[in-house]
Amino acid sequence: MNWHSIATVYAKELKDLLRDKRTVRSMIIIPTLVMPALTFGIGKIAAGVFSKARAETPVVMVLSDGASPGVMAQLEQDKKLRLVPARDDWKQQISDKKLRAAVQLPENFEAGLKAGAAPAVTIYHYEGELKSGFAVNELEAFFRDLSARTARARLAEHGLPETLVRPFETRRENVAAPEKVGGNALGGIVPYMIIILCFMGAVYPALDLTAGEKERGTMETLLCSPVARVDIVLGKFLMVLTSSLAAMVLSLISMSVSAVAAGSVLGGARMAGAARAAAGAGALPTIDPAGVLGVLAMVLPVAVLFSAAIFTVALFAKSFKEAQTYVQPMVFIVILPAVIGMLPGIDLNARLALVPILNLSLVCKEMLSGVWHWNYIALIFGSTCVYAAAALALAVRMFNREDVLFRV
Amino acid sequence: MIEARHLTKTFRDKKRGEIRAVDDVSFRVQPGQIYGLLGANGAGKTTTLRVLATLLQPTGGTAVIAGHDIVREPEKVRANVGFLAASTALYGRLTAREMIAYFGRLNRLPEAEIRVRIKRLADELDMHEFLDRRCEKFSTGMKQKTSIARTLIHDPAVMIFDEPTLGLDVMTARAIVRFVRDCRTRGKTVIYSTHLMGEVEKLCDIVGIIHDGRLHAEGSPAALIARTGEADMEDAFVQIVGAKEPA
Ligand SMILES: Nc1ncnc2c1ncn2[C@@H]1O[C@H](COP(=O)(O)OP(=O)(O)OP(=O)(O)O)[C@@H](O)[C@H]1O
Ligand SMILES: [Mg+2]
Repeated sequence: MNWHSIATVYAKELKDLLRDKRTVRSMIIIPTLVMPALTFGIGKIAAGVFSKARAETPVVMVLSDGASPGVMAQLEQDKKLRLVPARDDWKQQISDKKLRAAVQLPENFEAGLKAGAAPAVTIYHYEGELKSGFAVNELEAFFRDLSARTARARLAEHGLPETLVRPFETRRENVAAPEKVGGNALGGIVPYMIIILCFMGAVYPALDLTAGEKERGTMETLLCSPVARVDIVLGKFLMVLTSSLAAMVLSLISMSVSAVAAGSVLGGARMAGAARAAAGAGALPTIDPAGVLGVLAMVLPVAVLFSAAIFTVALFAKSFKEAQTYVQPMVFIVILPAVIGMLPGIDLNARLALVPILNLSLVCKEMLSGVWHWNYIALIFGSTCVYAAAALALAVRMFNREDVLFRV
Repeated sequence: MIEARHLTKTFRDKKRGEIRAVDDVSFRVQPGQIYGLLGANGAGKTTTLRVLATLLQPTGGTAVIAGHDIVREPEKVRANVGFLAASTALYGRLTAREMIAYFGRLNRLPEAEIRVRIKRLADELDMHEFLDRRCEKFSTGMKQKTSIARTLIHDPAVMIFDEPTLGLDVMTARAIVRFVRDCRTRGKTVIYSTHLMGEVEKLCDIVGIIHDGRLHAEGSPAALIARTGEADMEDAFVQIVGAKEPA
């Protein structure tokens, strides 16, 4: 191994790649602009759809025998509901989403209430449909209130206190520190984003510096130089790693900046100066800044693993296009554990700590909420370093195989 | 100097089984000599030269180039070799100057020395006009000149050319041939592969006729023609290769 040669190869690859519009796009523009735009864009659209659905007064139909004018009048007055006259095709209308929900009052509902009976009110709705759900919530709130008022009236009639049917109340109060709440809420999505960005940042240069060079015929030229193959691999690998980390850091910074600019989405105002200093911390205003630094440290061996793995796979291909077809399935191998790690309820244990990518996702979730299981952290960092070293060793080995470099 | 001893290279191919691309080839080239490797398509020229340039490992035999064994000291061999083939391309996004300087650095030359040598090579090859333009926009002739400068930046004692005139027009091809002669004049050891009889007659001191990976005949062009009793190199080649062609 010769550092002068490695540095020479690295410097050349950096200059060469920065002159390539496609690299600039995949390494700089996409992470800084598109990823945050996508994230916040989708968030904004989702929020928009949600609040629009919220703002709409749900259209509901009351099916009754006409013997409950009092309840009907109260429902009419409820501003959160819009009553439409009863019609026979209400089922069809709910299916067609013209009607959000229908409520069936039992026969002689009002009379029954006065007589102390317990009649059942049925609400018909469209399961899983957002706006129908809102209508059901409003109807249930109305009937819960009606039920409470009826109970009070009955108790008063008998001169009994209200506590007879409501012996106690429950209340809940949050005692977790705000960063822990933030860590749990964001802890799932942030490691996921980091893992994907690290991977995506490595793909283009890894393909270009291996299969791309073979395709253009420059690989053979490079191999004519007296530089040892291991130095060529390391120089190229360091370039891929640089791109992977650059894509991640750039996109985290740009997401933080847009979060602060947006002000609202993540509550940028609460961001501490210390957090601002740590790269990417701005996106996690209610997250422990130490956690962010921890995440960045844990990501390093994973970035090495990705860079070396993509490099090795792409080395087998004869052309850039062929390499793309090899790398595409790898995306699923990466996304799957990242998604599983994002699911709530999956917690770190010694066995999961050895599963690459998933372990990172899980430990990041913990670190961002201020939980530091040092033994797991050491185990994960150590095991990932071992995997990364193995991947790098494999890359060097494959680069020394002439049937890989001179495949026909 | 180049000395190949029983050089053998076999490839394993899924469909074709074992291919003996180079089969027990021995020859010797002295400084100031041009050795021509003449053979048809698939004869094993490129494979032989790639083994000599240590891009491929021999499966049998070995060669000593400028005093270094190709199996045991491949890096030292490469430091003494300039390899130029139709398949060795330039980095399109680098300028000619950057491309040449990159190979100077890979050969561990000091920066000041690289600058001086690039200036000299650009003078000799008349490259100043496009020295600071990117290689991707070059004409074939400019590319060829840049490649030559790339192979010469470390002033190697041994030059290996694999069909360097392939696909070039007459003028550019003549310029290459002239350049190969210059290498001989400067006392370099040159090995040159081609399938063109004319080039061999004009250029080479010794010709080795390679067919199916085996060296079938060796000698100066005049001696080969005389030995076969044919009128020219082409007829001599056909006789040597044809007579020994397996049924
Ligand atoms: N990497 C490889 N894997 C398998 N077979 C190969 C490989 N390289 C060359 N061959 C085979 O070895 C034989 C010699 O090929 P080589 O390229 O050395 O011939 P050549 O004389 O250079 O021919 P050409 O004039 O076409 O360049 C051919 O049959 C070729 O198919
Ligand atoms: Mg060839």
